Amino acid sequence: MRVFDLSLRHKLPLWGGFLIVVSALAVVSGYLVQARGNLERNMLARSEILGRSLGNSLLGHLAHDDVWRAYEVIKGPFDAGELKDFFQVEQILVLDEFHDVFVSTQPERYPVQSRLADLGPDFVELAARLSQGGDGHSLNVQGRQILLAIPLVADGVTLGHLVLVHPAGFYWPRFINLAQRAAWITLLTLALLLPINWFWGRRLAVPLGLLVERMSTIGERPPQPLSASLYPYHDELGRLFQAYDRMALELAEKEEMKQEMVRSERLAALGRLSASVAHEINNPLGGLITAVSTLKHHAAPDPVTQRVMPLLERGLEQIREIVAALLVEARAKSHTLSVHDVEDVRLLLAQKGLERGIHLEWHNDLPESLPLPATMVRQVLINLLLNAVQSADEQGQVRADIGMAEGRLHIEIVNDGPEVPAEVMNHLFEPFTGTREEGHGLGLWVTYQIVQQLGGQIRASSRPGQTRFQVNLPLGEQQ
Amino acid sequence: METNPWARFALGLALLCSLAFAPAWAVAPLRIGLTPAFLHDRYSLLAEWKGYLEKKLQRPVSLVIRDSYQETMDLMRQGALDAAWLCDCPYVTQNPKFRLLATPVFQGRPYYRAYLIVPARDKTTHSIAALKHKVFAYTDPHSNVGFLIPKYDIVQLGDDPQDFFRRTFYTWSHRKAIEAVAEGVAQGAYVSAYIWESLHRLEPGLTERTRVASRSEEYGFPPFVAHFSMPEATFQALRKALLDMPRDPDGRALLQKTNLDGFTLPDSKLYLRMQEIVHTMAGRNAGL
Repeated sequence: MRVFDLSLRHKLPLWGGFLIVVSALAVVSGYLVQARGNLERNMLARSEILGRSLGNSLLGHLAHDDVWRAYEVIKGPFDAGELKDFFQVEQILVLDEFHDVFVSTQPERYPVQSRLADLGPDFVELAARLSQGGDGHSLNVQGRQILLAIPLVADGVTLGHLVLVHPAGFYWPRFINLAQRAAWITLLTLALLLPINWFWGRRLAVPLGLLVERMSTIGERPPQPLSASLYPYHDELGRLFQAYDRMALELAEKEEMKQEMVRSERLAALGRLSASVAHEINNPLGGLITAVSTLKHHAAPDPVTQRVMPLLERGLEQIREIVAALLVEARAKSHTLSVHDVEDVRLLLAQKGLERGIHLEWHNDLPESLPLPATMVRQVLINLLLNAVQSADEQGQVRADIGMAEGRLHIEIVNDGPEVPAEVMNHLFEPFTGTREEGHGLGLWVTYQIVQQLGGQIRASSRPGQTRFQVNLPLGEQQ
Repeated sequence: METNPWARFALGLALLCSLAFAPAWAVAPLRIGLTPAFLHDRYSLLAEWKGYLEKKLQRPVSLVIRDSYQETMDLMRQGALDAAWLCDCPYVTQNPKFRLLATPVFQGRPYYRAYLIVPARDKTTHSIAALKHKVFAYTDPHSNVGFLIPKYDIVQLGDDPQDFFRRTFYTWSHRKAIEAVAEGVAQGAYVSAYIWESLHRLEPGLTERTRVASRSEEYGFPPFVAHFSMPEATFQALRKALLDMPRDPDGRALLQKTNLDGFTLPDSKLYLRMQEIVHTMAGRNAGL
């Protein structure tokens, strides 16, 4: 696997860390380069200041040829023992007017009266530069040592020179000191920034990883929305997550609509089939019922007939009921729905509910009357409430909300029974799907058919402890 | 000027007290001059000397310190000093204006000598002859052991002191001459044995960086001298104070710190040898 193919989870912290380290190093090295230059300049300037102040004291001794007092003057600065780190001058020489050593702080190396040219290559160069003559300015020779020569001038006459000898890297101890401090600060900063960087990298990469995981399963199963707390910010990434959530929601809704369409098409086909079957049965059934009735009233009452006749009657009656139920006839004449029709249902169902100790919560905001067929609406209401009362837990609760909204009648029936399995939900409104023993399993089918014929909508949803049916019906022209 | 009345009161009280407790002696202080012949930069020791003499003489003493023989001698000549510890030069020892007061006793004898010292790493030098064309430190142009004796020794070698050394300079004290040799600024110097031995006790770290290459003959120890104008009573009191020191516990302690055994009555014969040398050198200079 190549480095660039690494997961963002590793790549973001790694890149961030790399950039932090590189910038820290760049800043530190820039600082150190600058500091090194400054140090060298500052320390030379300090040496010159020292030299000039020593020079003032030296002039008299040089003029009076007083070697010892001159020695005491130049030896003075070397007594500052513990400040050695700040005092970078290694040796001090006083040169007389002939550029010979008048006295030095290290007489064994630079003896009194020795010739400059005998003291090493740097001093040879210094001697050459001094013999060119100066204009009262200090000279600077950089070789194996750094020599700073300051002329000792009294009344315009150069009596000699003061030479401050520095080791070539005299600023190194200070520089190393600075560098160590800079290194510590850098390490501290890194110790602070790298964990923050690691945290932020993961903060970005983990939700992204989750998103990628979810996206890659689209098509196999409906996308799951992400947790809102995963990344609660509104930057590009946050908006991406929001967009994903919206998309997931829309996909879920689309899927739901597709399912709904399949269901309603199936139900419509079933309706057409059952209606035509019912019609085909209804015609001969009428004849059969009439024939059985005639036979009952006029045929000789032989014992076999008398025993079979009620069987036939009950069987035919059952067929008629089922056929009638299958043949939902919403257009049948009915009076206009009044608030009393609805309240009647309440009385009926409250009684039914009491048998199972169920509490019926009832909200009825209907006006006095509504242009809707009362029989049909009552049928819907009764079916749904009966279903709810049967589905609710023992000692449970059923809630009914009936009211108007946006010019439509809204009915909502909720029970606190167990969740209806998804498989059942899918075929809920189809005939004979009921799982209960009582009833013929046509209640919800009839309800569905009525709602469809009245041009309304019915929707069911279920989760543990709450199964809900929602119906809305457009108002008709019925007066 | 507005001043706090309490402050004025306090000031008045302080003045009164200072009058009441002024020292018993109201006479002028006795002025004693010191030169680099002595370790004149040991200030705490000087304070003890001053205290001791004040106690013994019952009068204030002022120690006048100068960095060169010349300055001290000038003060003595002007009568600005009552007594002084100078050198053993004839100007002092034979000057009718000065009276010899007492001669210090060093290592049991009223004598001292000159040491030729060289840096410790110089293992070969055993006489001044080896220092030809070297850098040499003189102590003071008025010093005998630090200036006159080396020149005399060079003359004895048959050389001319003027161009014997490559370079010479003055350090203005024996102690600094020792430092100059220890540091290597000079390759040799003549110093007083008394100073070298005293320093050797006090600061062996310094003297150990030098080596005594040769020791001269003995010369009378530089005496304490008094100006002839000093009253006899004062002269005797001062002499007694010095001579009695070994018998006084404080005096003994002070002598111990000063690295002396005591003082003895001066004998002008002590200084004859030095006078001879001085005259020889003076005659040589005059003959040039």
